Amino acid sequence: MEKVKKKIGSFSFWNWVIASIIFRLILIYFPKNLNLSSRPEVSTPLTSFRRLAEGYWLKQSSMSPYAGSMYHGSPLLLSLLGPLTINRIEGQPNHLLYSLVSVIADVVSAMLIRATGQNLRLAYLRSLESLDLVKQIEVSEFLFSGDIAALIYLCNPFTIVACMGLSTSPIENMAVILCLYGACSRLIPLAAFGWVIATHLSLYPAILIIPVIFLLGCGPDSPPRKLFLQRHQQKEVLNQLKLPPRFSWGPIIHFAFWAFLWSVYVLVLCGISLKQFGGLWEMFKSTYGFILTVEDLSPNIGVLWYFFAEELLFDSFPCQYFIYDIAISHSASTPALLLGFCIRCHMFHAQVLSISKFSLYLFGCSTFTVGDSALYLGLLGWFVNELAGKYAILSLPVLWICRVEGVSAMLNHDRKLRNLITGKPQDAKS
Amino acid sequence: MVLLQRPHILLLLIGTHQFLQCWIAFGSVNEEGQKQEEFSEELLLKPLPDHKLLAHFHFQSSAPPSISNGCHHHLFPKAISQLVQKFRVKEMELSFTQGRWNYESWGGFDPISSSNAKPPGVELWAVFDVPQHHIDASWKNLTHTLSGLFCASINFLESTATYSTPEWSFPPASGNVRYGTLPCEAVCTENLTPWLKLLPCRDKAGIALLLDRPSLYRGFYHSQRLHLTSTESSSEGIDSGIILEQTLTVVLQPNSGRAIEVHASEKHIQPSWSLSSIFGKQVSGRCVLAKSSSVYLLLDRGLVAELKFPSKENGKSAANGLTSENFWSNPSFELSVNPDRIFLEESSSHSKSLSILYMFQVEKYSESEPFDIGLMWKVPVAWLCQQTPLHASRFLMGSGNERGAIAISLKSTQFTEGFMSANSKDGSCELRVDVFQVVPWYVKVYFHSLRVFVDQQPRAVSDIIEKIHASPSKDKMSPGVMEVVLKLPCRVNTAALTIEFDKGFLRIDEYPPDANQGFDIPSAIISFPNFHASMVFLKDDSLNKSPLLSKFQEKCPVMSYTEVLLVPLTTPDFSMPYNVITITCTVFALYFGSLLNVLQRRVAEEERFLKAKAAKKTGQLPLLLSKLSAKLRGRRREPLHSPPSSSSFINSKLVLKVILVAGLAVGWQYFFS
Repeated sequence: MEKVKKKIGSFSFWNWVIASIIFRLILIYFPKNLNLSSRPEVSTPLTSFRRLAEGYWLKQSSMSPYAGSMYHGSPLLLSLLGPLTINRIEGQPNHLLYSLVSVIADVVSAMLIRATGQNLRLAYLRSLESLDLVKQIEVSEFLFSGDIAALIYLCNPFTIVACMGLSTSPIENMAVILCLYGACSRLIPLAAFGWVIATHLSLYPAILIIPVIFLLGCGPDSPPRKLFLQRHQQKEVLNQLKLPPRFSWGPIIHFAFWAFLWSVYVLVLCGISLKQFGGLWEMFKSTYGFILTVEDLSPNIGVLWYFFAEELLFDSFPCQYFIYDIAISHSASTPALLLGFCIRCHMFHAQVLSISKFSLYLFGCSTFTVGDSALYLGLLGWFVNELAGKYAILSLPVLWICRVEGVSAMLNHDRKLRNLITGKPQDAKS
Repeated sequence: MVLLQRPHILLLLIGTHQFLQCWIAFGSVNEEGQKQEEFSEELLLKPLPDHKLLAHFHFQSSAPPSISNGCHHHLFPKAISQLVQKFRVKEMELSFTQGRWNYESWGGFDPISSSNAKPPGVELWAVFDVPQHHIDASWKNLTHTLSGLFCASINFLESTATYSTPEWSFPPASGNVRYGTLPCEAVCTENLTPWLKLLPCRDKAGIALLLDRPSLYRGFYHSQRLHLTSTESSSEGIDSGIILEQTLTVVLQPNSGRAIEVHASEKHIQPSWSLSSIFGKQVSGRCVLAKSSSVYLLLDRGLVAELKFPSKENGKSAANGLTSENFWSNPSFELSVNPDRIFLEESSSHSKSLSILYMFQVEKYSESEPFDIGLMWKVPVAWLCQQTPLHASRFLMGSGNERGAIAISLKSTQFTEGFMSANSKDGSCELRVDVFQVVPWYVKVYFHSLRVFVDQQPRAVSDIIEKIHASPSKDKMSPGVMEVVLKLPCRVNTAALTIEFDKGFLRIDEYPPDANQGFDIPSAIISFPNFHASMVFLKDDSLNKSPLLSKFQEKCPVMSYTEVLLVPLTTPDFSMPYNVITITCTVFALYFGSLLNVLQRRVAEEERFLKAKAAKKTGQLPLLLSKLSAKLRGRRREPLHSPPSSSSFINSKLVLKVILVAGLAVGWQYFFS
């Protein structure tokens, strides 16, 4: 953590941003050489830009974009990004335009992360102030977590790979970040819009509803009320004004209203664009239905792939019940564990919510790409201040690594876990 | 005629289930107009440029409309007529083929090659005369019936993932066509025997006597075909009953006995052959049930041009004189039997020379004097068969088990050049090519990646492709179908069509027995609708009776099939499931274990406690050491500080667990590498 701080300190934020953009622009010119778009880690059947191009082609030749089992994305993406699959600049790589769009999406996400980080930092400082702890920690020592998170998001190889790999995940990530930004800066319509779009694009961000509710209900970062009460009992002065607000239902109802409005809007748009091609039911069947049933057996990183692959391998075997049991218990346990996490983490840090939710939503997701991990890593940056020595939080990335690197990386995981265990006393000492 | 038609209209009104009563009721009405069931057998022999011989057996049975004689048949196979009635088949073709037709040396521009050259394996298409929503059910029943009739696995064509519905590029184009192929079906005598059973004389008499199994299957190409057309219950009014056309096309290598003794200089001479030398049998008279029984010898246009018949200039007039000897006693070859008739092709639109057909009547021969035609070559002759306008071949591109591309390349042949020079005065002449390609669902084609190259230059798809119909494949539901109409410039040398695909993944029970062999992509059909392969021989009354020659006169578009492609797919190690269960369970145990651990741990308390411990200055290493020594001594260490020991105990347990998992992982890794 110290190292990161020094590095960030010596360079300015914007230099890094510009450097990362230039790096991307250079890489864009060699998509053939990198051949990233053919990697299953980068573009799954859900996020592949190639499939989007196929869907657009089918739509242009007046067929349903979902005809055949090629495209499984949103019809809105088809109308927005579809033209980019055909238009190309003479003498330039084929998908240059779309690569540029994904670079822009990445930069916008980074900016949103930065703004959110600043919001969180302000809220954190305010709550420290209200606890009269500001004097104990020098403000200058406090890291600009927004800048760090944005840089982590922009500069980490996962994001770059996802951006180069012609997948739609930069856009999906942008929607997720938009939702969190809205929730942290209390722009409820924006948060609802982000949530609806993110859910519409890839279904799994629906789990974001839990942290968003907490964020809206309790404010971006509020220390537990209990702490205040304890503290003020000691002092025997109870300043009602300084007390953080209780969990309030007003913004949540507001959020629900806006979410409803936006989802009706999105559905109407989808309905219009799919009017001749089977309508909304067709869309639900081949997007959400596809995500949930995992008809496509293309390999994906992560343990779950083995599950699904084997579930399909064992289709005619009696073992399938056993495997279904595990799969069902797994998918059922994810929200339950998430809730447990929320309650547990709320007791000592509200921010942990976002992380916990993310790691879990990554666990639950059936097709999982580098883009998702990029997002997770980026958001981890918000909590640089809190991460120091927090075993509970660190264990999540370890589990996450276990998932990402798959079974073949078991040894790697062991080493990390061992490092963690042996490293723990040092943390305690520091 | 009015009398004849009236029952039909009535019949249509009454409906299908009352057929039988109708037949009985109306059977007596058109007694005098009744047509007889007919059967004819013919054999066509044709020398091929590459020292081979083409033998084309053509058997045709026809049944008059069923109302005239109920469901009784004299000659016509009952199994087929029942099949036609039950499934209301309008037209159907089933072919079993082994080997590949060599379009370059055996030709592609004559009626034989364009309608009898078939893709390897089984090909079945059928047109039904039933409502649109019943077609699939009829098709399924038909495949099962045929599978039983011909001892073949045609029933695999039942599933929707194997057959397709061509819209317009497949020649018998109409909405009710279903088309399916099984490229990897092995064809053998067990398929031929039931096919022969449909003939009234089986292989006991007549021309079918020549069908000697070992010599047939020794050939280079073998295709048995069954084509049936039925106008039964069609709304058009003209009712000709059912026509069943059975053909067997074989390409054989005549191994003349003296081939070994031939000098090196005579190596290029065509091998001489006779029926007994190629089939090992002779024809001893006709099948008594056959209306006509004849053997033809066809000399190709190219061959005729080479042979330089003396009276080529006034060929038409000479052909009329049947006795004109110069046609069959040529200085370059000699026939062992005098032909009964000689036909000269009337006119040919695409070639200067005309082909010659020798006809031999089998009726004249008997057991005592068997028919054994032979051809003896005297001088070496080299010629070329007339080829398709463009020679089509298909191949795979790309490597790896993830993705690839299919390329169809069209190359101009010597024929095109001649044709183009003739037509180029029009200025803008275009060559229309139809491509019909079916791909199984596990080859997922990206239609947007279709590229067209003309003369090795990439061209815009919209410039070349006039019309495209694509129906993308649905996983495990339907195959992908691509129908394209190409408009190529006449002077094209090469044209290529490439399309990319991803390889899909199958479930373990969907793999065929030998999965590592690869999966076949059925042949693409390349047809040239502007070119018609037909041979019109002199219009003579006697000729109309010959089904084979009238078949030749039909204008059928030139068609060629491409090669079958073999795509290797990812095949799992079929012993993997056990390993996978083990590893997944381990990983999940680890995941849930550590998650629960995280959930129930009180970090703050532990930190406080550790701080306290640090203050007490008990280092971690000595603690571990003492624990280890205690363990070695086999005695439980005295719990000095009960809470810390519990936490470190958890740690050691965790380490053990981790090592266990690591061991498992190493084992697993080792097992797979």
